Amino acid sequence: MLKEKYDVIVIGAGPAGLAAAIEAKKTGAQEVLVIERAQELGGILQQCIHNGFGLQIFKKDLPGPAYAQRFIDELAGLHIDTLLDAMVLNVTSERRVYATSRWSGFVELDTRALVLAMGCRERTRAQIALPGTRPAGVYTAGTAQRFVNIEGFMPGKRFVILGSGDIGMIMARRLTFEGAKVERVLEIMPFLTGLTRNYVQCLLDYDIPLQLHHTVKRIIGNDRVEAIESVQIDEQRQPIPGTEETIPCDTLLLSVGLIPENELSRKAGVSLDPVTAGPFVDEKMQTSVPGIFAAGNVVHVYDLVDWVTQAGLLCGRNAAQYAIAERKHHGRRVKMKAGDNVRYVVPHVLDKESLAESAQLLQMRVTLPIEEPVWVEVMNGEERVTRKAELYVRPGEMVNIDIPQSAYDAVQRASELSVRVVRR
Amino acid sequence: MTQEHRKFICITCPRGCALDVTMEGEAVVKLEGNSCKRGVDYVTGELKDPRRMVTTTVRVKGGVHPLAPVYTESPIPKPRILDLLAEIRKIELTAPVKFGDVVIANAFGTGVNVLASRNIPAKSEAS
Repeated sequence: MLKEKYDVIVIGAGPAGLAAAIEAKKTGAQEVLVIERAQELGGILQQCIHNGFGLQIFKKDLPGPAYAQRFIDELAGLHIDTLLDAMVLNVTSERRVYATSRWSGFVELDTRALVLAMGCRERTRAQIALPGTRPAGVYTAGTAQRFVNIEGFMPGKRFVILGSGDIGMIMARRLTFEGAKVERVLEIMPFLTGLTRNYVQCLLDYDIPLQLHHTVKRIIGNDRVEAIESVQIDEQRQPIPGTEETIPCDTLLLSVGLIPENELSRKAGVSLDPVTAGPFVDEKMQTSVPGIFAAGNVVHVYDLVDWVTQAGLLCGRNAAQYAIAERKHHGRRVKMKAGDNVRYVVPHVLDKESLAESAQLLQMRVTLPIEEPVWVEVMNGEERVTRKAELYVRPGEMVNIDIPQSAYDAVQRASELSVRVVRR
Repeated sequence: MTQEHRKFICITCPRGCALDVTMEGEAVVKLEGNSCKRGVDYVTGELKDPRRMVTTTVRVKGGVHPLAPVYTESPIPKPRILDLLAEIRKIELTAPVKFGDVVIANAFGTGVNVLASRNIPAKSEAS
């Protein structure tokens, strides 16, 4: 039975939403509701049947569904309301939520704090403007993953995969396991966009060829994909004439990036960062609208679910505290800025007093790979606030750095901090 | 004795260290590029008995989904992966399936169990 007013409503029951709901309840929020579009909890983890989840949080190598099951079981023991198979239609900046489902009908719910945990979506063919005919047999890698791992049918027999993201490489192995032939993985960038270990255990182990600096020039086929034409591209991302190759296949999978899903955030008046495509957040994961928080891939796309869970926990704790008693705002904040070779930094702003309580984690992605030792430096103008050594940096692997509590005084002096990655 | 260089990418964690191994015959005389000692174990494993975790699905009768995801409790020898997949393909479970249910015990005498990765509740009559 739904209540009319909640302390915390969480939209989305993936890893971020589950963690946020659990932590909000444990922090002391009385009435917590999770609204989920699918018919079951767990989000995308349910179709990520491969292992590699939980190494950080549980010190165990778990498959996605097993990782989700731990949180689903914990949530079940905490008297948290759930509304499944439901669509949130609108959210206002006053935290009124309009939702509908076959179980509840149309409902209007109010909440003291709202957590946005809608995750992200895959980029589609239309978004990368792939030329050629429009036959059946072009899917995003995640759609194919759902077909194969949950619904139990194969979308094709002979595959080409465009994009070396993790889902694409994992699907290359998965389809091979199910008897399909994966002809090629093509990557437009000069480097792998997913994790190196997935290149080893998904492609190398099964002799699936990867071609960097290659893309799909056009799709061939009328009713069904019959082939794709690949082409090599140069440093300026222009096709090199004469390098075209026709690769016969019946299915093309796209693993070409993820975009935070923020239609509802926009409706609620939350400001979005054009670089991450997610909300601007502070160190509490609060957005530009007071009382509306966000966590996980809706903020920026993570490499590891463990980090999504940690963001969810942080967000849920702060949402609960906001709901219990609106926390006083110090109003003394410092902006975080992306400096040399840094594409973006999350959080975007930091309450200067937050360092009095604990060290503060910054997460970022670099623009270009550097395959040699680097410093990750947090700077206030020419003054170095803190730095950390890394052996290398790659756009596909998120970089973390803590601002230690010892930097409290240095941060008080700053109005803006920039983060840069430079060769040692 | 002549030295031979071999390169590996450690897959133990997402870091993916590039390992440079110097061999003399069968013996590792030098290992560079690893960030922790798990890199040593990984190279030893890759040289003597390469293993991988295997995750796939098994058919389920009467469940909310037609498949249940399964995984090997620990890594199995690489050469047995395709055999294991063939064995799993022969199985059909009946819902409800519980997380941790043993789908195959001691696969090929390796001591490794194949377990269900999640609950698959039975499809209720009503829905």
